[in-house]
Parts: sequence; structure tokens; C-alpha cells
Amino acid sequence: MNIFTILISTIFVNNYVFAQFLGICPFLGVSSKTETATGMGLAVTFVVTLSSVITWAIQKAILDRFGLQYLQTIVFILVIASLVQFVEMFLKKSSPNLYKALGVYLPLITTNCIVLGVAILNIEKGYTLIQTIVNALGASIGFAIALLLMAGVREKFEFSNIPKPLQGFPIGLITAGLMSIAFLGFTGLV
Amino acid sequence: MSAILVPVIVLGVIGLIFGFSLGFASKAFAVETDPKVDAIKEVLPGANCGACGYPGCDGCANAIVEGNAPVTACIVGGSSVAEKIANIMGAEAGDVVKQVATVLCQGDCDKAKDKYVYTGLRDCRAQNILAGGSKACSYGCLGCGTCVDVCDFDAIHIVNGVALVDKEKCVACGACIKVCPKGIIELVPYDNQVVVKCKSNDPGKVVRQNCSIGCIGCRICVKSCPEDAFSFENNLARINYDKCTNCNICAEKCPTKAIFSSITKVEEQVQ
Repeated sequence: MNIFTILISTIFVNNYVFAQFLGICPFLGVSSKTETATGMGLAVTFVVTLSSVITWAIQKAILDRFGLQYLQTIVFILVIASLVQFVEMFLKKSSPNLYKALGVYLPLITTNCIVLGVAILNIEKGYTLIQTIVNALGASIGFAIALLLMAGVREKFEFSNIPKPLQGFPIGLITAGLMSIAFLGFTGLV
Repeated sequence: MSAILVPVIVLGVIGLIFGFSLGFASKAFAVETDPKVDAIKEVLPGANCGACGYPGCDGCANAIVEGNAPVTACIVGGSSVAEKIANIMGAEAGDVVKQVATVLCQGDCDKAKDKYVYTGLRDCRAQNILAGGSKACSYGCLGCGTCVDVCDFDAIHIVNGVALVDKEKCVACGACIKVCPKGIIELVPYDNQVVVKCKSNDPGKVVRQNCSIGCIGCRICVKSCPEDAFSFENNLARINYDKCTNCNICAEKCPTKAIFSSITKVEEQVQ
């Protein structure tokens, strides 16, 4: 598959949040303000891209060679958790301001299923290294877009007259559903 | 046998590699933190309520150690926490004055005039956008209860069109102060019985036209105060709470009763 097609496909058509329903937890949890949404989007982009490359290398170099494909999940989780930990330490030292801005969302990336999802799907689809990187980049850009759109909508909720039973998460979930339907409009683009 | 051994070894080796590299990284990227920060973190309530104005208790602890915040920064913890922090920092805590949020407006539906009838969203921020709200006085409480919505402690309520704080329930977290579009909620010492409950900077004549309980700037309180606790600026009297002795003279002399006194209130109830 051509690189451009993969990029468009992961950002819009097969958006990981709206079409594949991965990473819903931070999508709903961190989308109440646009600033934090941007920070989370950037952090996820970084971790997803890096972890995809490392997991791809481990899969090809170790798991495939020893026929240990069934260890995929546990090894990938190990990689992701260590990577997030490493990124946290690195940021704390090199850029305390960014570290402060991301705050608690940084360690939370470990439990973001989009990270594991992208890593596993890269292998399942038999991507090459370049395709893997592009897919990871597209997935995280798609995630960041979804997060930003949702944050923009949810900031408007503050001033709107929402019926009491729907206030808070219920209206958030309804909005997420409607946005997901809207993204169906991209089907057939690729 | 090898079916078990190989995965165990592979996983073990991968784990070890990551473990060692993380261990190495934590040494290489170690950021020296002041041991005082951890000690203060232990003492703080840990509720991360943000009442101190810093992001969570961690932020507060850092600010205290860096000297940006006083040892009394934690409002919720009160004097006991302040004392412990003072011990850690090697400073005197001094007395922490318990404060409560107070709405500085008494212009309820009977006393304040309206300039139009507002029928929009029940939110003060929305109403404030519409020509500064429906009250004729542009400084007064809009009474839509946005402060009531943000209060986590059920300490503020709308009584006859004006917000009123329940002194016993208020923890001075400052949520209502931040959200009020008119900026008429302020922290006042809990023990203080006398408060100028008006924020209008309009000249006396305008205040009189708009509201029967506003400060008209007559300065009787300034002249009558034996402790010289009043200051006067922008047509508005202000009490210096450090000097006020709750003698209640100003509240009795105030012609419009804009100076609220809980002493007078209690007497009225008794009678």
C-alpha cells in the first residue's frame, strides 16, 4: 500500500478513535480543555511512533525468529510501559515545562489502548518499517484531531442548556457517537 | 522443555534489558529534588483540590519550598498543617486566619431595580454578556447561581435573587470567586462580623437610584470608626479587617445598611 494512502486512511477513513474505537478512555477523559488535549495529542504522537518502531523491530528480530508470536501482547506492553517511563524521565530532565504541562497524562499513555493497538495492527497487516512509521504517525495525528475536535465541542457545553439527566458524560458519549457517524462520511475515500 | 525455556529466557532477557536501561536512565536523568518537597507533600492533605492556587498538592509543595508560597498556603489544611510545614521549613507559621467567601452584594429582588427582564440561560456568565446583566446596578449579584453550581460543599445559595454564603460550610476553596463574572465574591476573615456588602463604584446618587442597600459614599463609617479601620476609594468604603474590632458602630450608623453586620442580624432575630 502506498504511504500516502496509509496516512489518509489512518487519519480520516479508519480513524482509530471514530472508526476503530481505540483510545476512547483518554478521548473522553482529557477532552475537556483544548490546551490539555493538544498536550495529550503530542505526547501520544511521540510514544505511538517510537513504540511502533521498537515493537516492529522486536517482532522481526526476536519473536519471529524463535517462533514466539504468542508472546506478542506481553512483550509489547513491556516495551510501551518502559518507553513511557523513559519518556517521562527524559522530559523531566530536559524539558521540565513540557513535563509539567503534560502532568498526569504522561504516565496515563501506558494504559492507552491505541498504543498497543497500533503496534499489533502494524504486525498483523505485515507493514514494512517505513509503512509502520507512517501508520503510527497517521494514527496519532487522527487521535489528536479527534481529541481536539471533541475538546472544542465540549468547551461549548459549559454555556449550553443541557437537560439534567444528560449532563456530563452522557452528552459526551452522544457527541462522540455523532462525531463517529460524521467520520463515516470519509468511507470510500481510500 | 525448550518450548517453556525459550520464551522464559527471551522474555526474561528483554525484561532485564529494559530494566537495566531504565535503571541507568533514572541515574542519568535524575533530577535533584529538595527533600523538603517530599516532606511537605507527606503533610499536605493530598486532596489535590487546588484551593491554594497551584495544580494539586505537589505544585503547592514545590511552591512552598521555592519560596513562592507562604507556609500557610494550604487553606484546607488550616493551622495544623501550616504548623507542620513551618517546622519542615524552619519558619514560624503565625496564626492562620480562617477565611470564608462572602458575596459583597445585598441587592435582592426587593431592594435593587432591574433594567430589563432577563429570560436567557440561567448562567451569570451568559447574562453578564448581555449589557452587563439585568440589574440596574452594573456591580451587583446577577443571581443566576453559577456560583451555586460550582460549589462542591453546598455552601452557597441564592436567597431572594442574591447569592449568600453559608459561613459554616464554606472552606474558602475559591471556586465561586473564580467563576463570578462580577467579581463580587471575596474572602473575608471568618471571625469578622462586619462587612461592607457592596461593590458599586458609582457615585452616591446613581447608587441610590438603582438600589436601596448600596454604599452611597457618605463616609459616615469612616468618620465614626474608632479604630480608623476604614479606607475610602472609588466611592466605596472598605474595611481593613486587621484593624476592625467588630464594635458594630459603623453598621449602626450606616444610613443604607450597606454595611452588613451579623451582630445586628442576631439582635433583630432575638427581638
